[in-house]
Amino acid sequence: MSDHSSSTLAHHFDSHEQQREASTVGMWAFLVTEIMFFGGLFLAYVLYRSRYPQTFADASNHLNVIWGGVNTVVLIASSLTMALAVRAAQLANRKTIVLMLILTLVLGCVFLGIKAVEYKEKFDHHLVPGKNFQYDGANGQKAQIFFSLYFAMTGLHAVHMVIGAGLLIWMIVLAHKGVFTAEYHNHIENVGLYWHFVDIVWIFLFPLLYLLGFHVGH
Amino acid sequence: MSTTAGHAAGGSNYLTAEHGLKSWLLTKDHKRIAVLYLISVSFFFMLGGLFASLVRAELLTPAGDLLSADSYNRAFTMHGVIMVFFFLIPAIPAVLGNFLVPVMIGAKDLAFPRINLLSWYVYNLAGLLGVWVLLQGGVDTGWTFYTPYSSVYSNTAVIPAAMAGFVAGFSSILTALNFVVTIHRMRAPGLTWFRLPLFIWSHYATSLIILLGTPVLAITLLALVLERGFGLGIFDPAMGGDPVLFQHLFWFYSHPAVYIMILPAMGIQSELVAAFARKRVFGYPVVAFASLAIAILGFLVWGHHMFTSSQSVYASTVFSVLTMLVAVPSAVKVFNWTATLHEGSISYETPMLYALGFIGLFTIGGLTGVMLGTMGIDLHVHDTYFVVAHFHYVMVGGTILGYLGGLHYWWPKMFGRMYNQFWSRIAAIVVFIGFNLTFLPQFVVGYLGMPRRYWSYPAEFQIWNVLSTAGATVLGLGLALPLVYLLMSLKNGALAGNNPWGAKGLEWETTSPPPTFNFDTPPVVTEEAYAYADSHLVEAGHSDKKGKKELHGV
Amino acid sequence: MVESFPMFPPQASTVASEVDALYWTWIAISAVSSLLIALAVAFFLVRYRRTPEHQTGHPERAAGMLEVIWSVIPLVICLGMFVWGTKVFFDLARPPANAVEYWATGKQWMWKFQHPNGRREINELHVPTGQPIKLTMISEDTIHSMFVPAFRVKSDVLPGRYTTVWFEPTKPGKYHMFCAEYCGTEHSLMGGSIYVMEPAEYAAWLAGEVPGQPRATGQELFTSLACVTCHDAGDQQRGPSLTGVFGSEVKLATGSTVLADESYLRESILTPAAKLVEGYDPLMPTYQGQVTEEQLMSLVDYIKSLGGQKAASAAPAASSGGPVAASTGG
Repeated sequence: MSDHSSSTLAHHFDSHEQQREASTVGMWAFLVTEIMFFGGLFLAYVLYRSRYPQTFADASNHLNVIWGGVNTVVLIASSLTMALAVRAAQLANRKTIVLMLILTLVLGCVFLGIKAVEYKEKFDHHLVPGKNFQYDGANGQKAQIFFSLYFAMTGLHAVHMVIGAGLLIWMIVLAHKGVFTAEYHNHIENVGLYWHFVDIVWIFLFPLLYLLGFHVGH
Repeated sequence: MSTTAGHAAGGSNYLTAEHGLKSWLLTKDHKRIAVLYLISVSFFFMLGGLFASLVRAELLTPAGDLLSADSYNRAFTMHGVIMVFFFLIPAIPAVLGNFLVPVMIGAKDLAFPRINLLSWYVYNLAGLLGVWVLLQGGVDTGWTFYTPYSSVYSNTAVIPAAMAGFVAGFSSILTALNFVVTIHRMRAPGLTWFRLPLFIWSHYATSLIILLGTPVLAITLLALVLERGFGLGIFDPAMGGDPVLFQHLFWFYSHPAVYIMILPAMGIQSELVAAFARKRVFGYPVVAFASLAIAILGFLVWGHHMFTSSQSVYASTVFSVLTMLVAVPSAVKVFNWTATLHEGSISYETPMLYALGFIGLFTIGGLTGVMLGTMGIDLHVHDTYFVVAHFHYVMVGGTILGYLGGLHYWWPKMFGRMYNQFWSRIAAIVVFIGFNLTFLPQFVVGYLGMPRRYWSYPAEFQIWNVLSTAGATVLGLGLALPLVYLLMSLKNGALAGNNPWGAKGLEWETTSPPPTFNFDTPPVVTEEAYAYADSHLVEAGHSDKKGKKELHGV
Repeated sequence: MVESFPMFPPQASTVASEVDALYWTWIAISAVSSLLIALAVAFFLVRYRRTPEHQTGHPERAAGMLEVIWSVIPLVICLGMFVWGTKVFFDLARPPANAVEYWATGKQWMWKFQHPNGRREINELHVPTGQPIKLTMISEDTIHSMFVPAFRVKSDVLPGRYTTVWFEPTKPGKYHMFCAEYCGTEHSLMGGSIYVMEPAEYAAWLAGEVPGQPRATGQELFTSLACVTCHDAGDQQRGPSLTGVFGSEVKLATGSTVLADESYLRESILTPAAKLVEGYDPLMPTYQGQVTEEQLMSLVDYIKSLGGQKAASAAPAASSGGPVAASTGG
């Protein structure tokens, strides 16, 4: 109300500050639901790994640590560029916002590309649970649980990445139009929070799935 | 109570602000979205009721004669899925909460109006999936979707049914997000946490449960879909999976979901008792914290659904003792409502009749709940009609009575019209009698040993089933009545005026129906909730607050 | 009148009266507390009804002590009932040491039973009075639940894992047996009768028909499946000796130990590499799909007969490891 730039202030808020706080609280609450969402699969992982530790370690060695490692680096780099984009938004530096968002998007796509290569490898090696599952280690039946969790967890993560990429494209368009100002950039901050969250999920997935069997050796 | 003619005719209200279907389908006004939800939720309530009547009709005789076994299994499953996911969970928050949360805290709208509208569309998308399930012949797993029956053995439309539950969950998450943010950030000046109506407290607690619990159900149903549809094995014993894990994950959500259903009704209960006793709710902070205590403890008792499931006896013991603890805040609430009546000025309008019914039925529902939490008894009555009766006392006796009480209380505010007082009182009494006749016999037949989800049963159980079906007929009649007189009131009802009950609260300060942005001038709050005594009794010890006296427009 | 409005199932086991006493106590507590609340509400409704002079309620009085009192009283009652209920539960969940083992298999939609002497029955089970009976159960397909109202006992029957239920019948007669966990189309027909007989009568009934001996069957399977070639108690065997294995703590290749109960024996037959015994190579082939649940029961029963240390009490009922009590394997 006291604010001059009323075009970016929704009618039901009193001030930009209230609007920004509302959107931040909302985003954090949403991320809590996301944690609970992934939490179900992490619980299943913990349960089965404690029940079949040897099988999980063996099966883990069938994943490609190199690709997983590269992807981890790619994602961490994308988090950096995302953080720089948010910083640029706070400074209302339009060109930098767009550049950093595009870099983030590219890195995200690299991640998804590598993930696709890995998935194809698993299909070729018949490591997808179900009728065609073939596994040369001991306890093939139970190794399927590991691969089920692998596909469910990384698949869900990849879906989140795809949604994140869509959000990034939207943000790039908005930033290019010059929508964001120093006092109004809630969207970009929230997309940043989301992106970092997805990144953190991967930071957990990588050791749990890829590095688990490392000590068993190959 | 006679109704006073308000001066609402002067300005436009949210109903008349815009016209045409498009103005409704694209509305961002929380009050219009509440009305949209009211229509959707009522539709699914009737659909769920239809399946309930099929179930009760089949159980009239011991032999399976009216329906085939498969049809019966589908009927009770559809009854459960529709009632839980499409009625009980959304009914109070999405209809009454949506309408009232912003008004009661003096805000112009919820924090995220677009997300609010999205939640209605998501709900209806889930509803369409549910209808699609019906067209595919239904689903027969029970609303609990236990594996491996649901993942391997059922031949019915499990995937769309699970997806319907999955999608419906997102609509409640969106609503809950909106409530949490709105209650945190958009309260009117002067409206501190401990001046909030208890309806708001209970919706806040409910929203926290939804945010923490619903995603777990979502991932569980998703895992079920992946297992059934794509052969991933997370619960499949053939791959070394554990079907009991599904039960843990399912109940981790679905027990708190019980509180998602009952807490908003408790919030309504507090409003009704205060308004019709014209007295501040006894022990306000205790009732408010009891809601939070229930929300927190509610997450720690899921295993009491699994005493017979091969769960470790020590785990069961812990779940049992925590169940006893969660009973205490519920009991305290009942005592506080009762104490509120003491020295009140009590009138017996329709909403109050529902509130009184709530006290009785919820007491029985709660007491039978702790009986079930007592492991020595649970081993015998688990999965029998005793359980069915118990949760209907909580879900119907609690949630539906609360919902109906709230709907009758705020109906004049929502639509500006008063309904027929005679018929609405008759309906409330018929519902109460019919309900007890339906479900009291089920406690008996349950202890006698009749398992739930039985299509045919031994002849000695029949008498109780006949009583129950007779009661269900009365109950159905009682529930159909409001549909008639409420709809008629929209056309013929007397103008309600701004505050037909002489009640306290910001919602009664604005016009009926409220304007699009709820208040013509933004309200400032200067007193506690339910400050009934202040303006009349000088010896109250509170200083007379300015600008609140015109509330008693009776 | 009582017969046309039955309210309680017959008490036909040693625990039934205990469960009923618990139930009656709760009913009494519930009735008294509901009545008190109802009376208070009714009194207030009349006494404080709205009158022209009395338009507004009295201002709030301090609540402090009252809130404490009515929190503590229900808490104490609930905790007391919890202690009693838990005691009854442990009585129901833990079979006494002298319980005789019967076997049950659930499948859509029938129950198959096997007596200690090998006699088999479907949807009917004959048992003697005065003898604790432990049913070890498994499902061939989805989850079922064994429920005998007259005994006040119930236990889910799971695929892939043994669960148990025990009872000591006290009163001869014919009683209902139900499946209590929803299992598909004919769930409500998956039941039958339990016939409780005097011991002499039971013995006569058992003698009436010559059954296949399960020990013999298990032994035959042990030979015909060539288990004997590796698990014979010689020195240079490829598999560990099974004599006395039941009920013992087995040391695994991973360094941890596991209790060799029925479920462990079964798992080791079906997926031998899952919990490999220390000092042995994973040479044993899987028997998944080659033996039925009933044959497995016979094999397990035979291995148990090879001498066990604490045979009868080896598997505490209902604790064979759900996710909460994730088994210690590995």
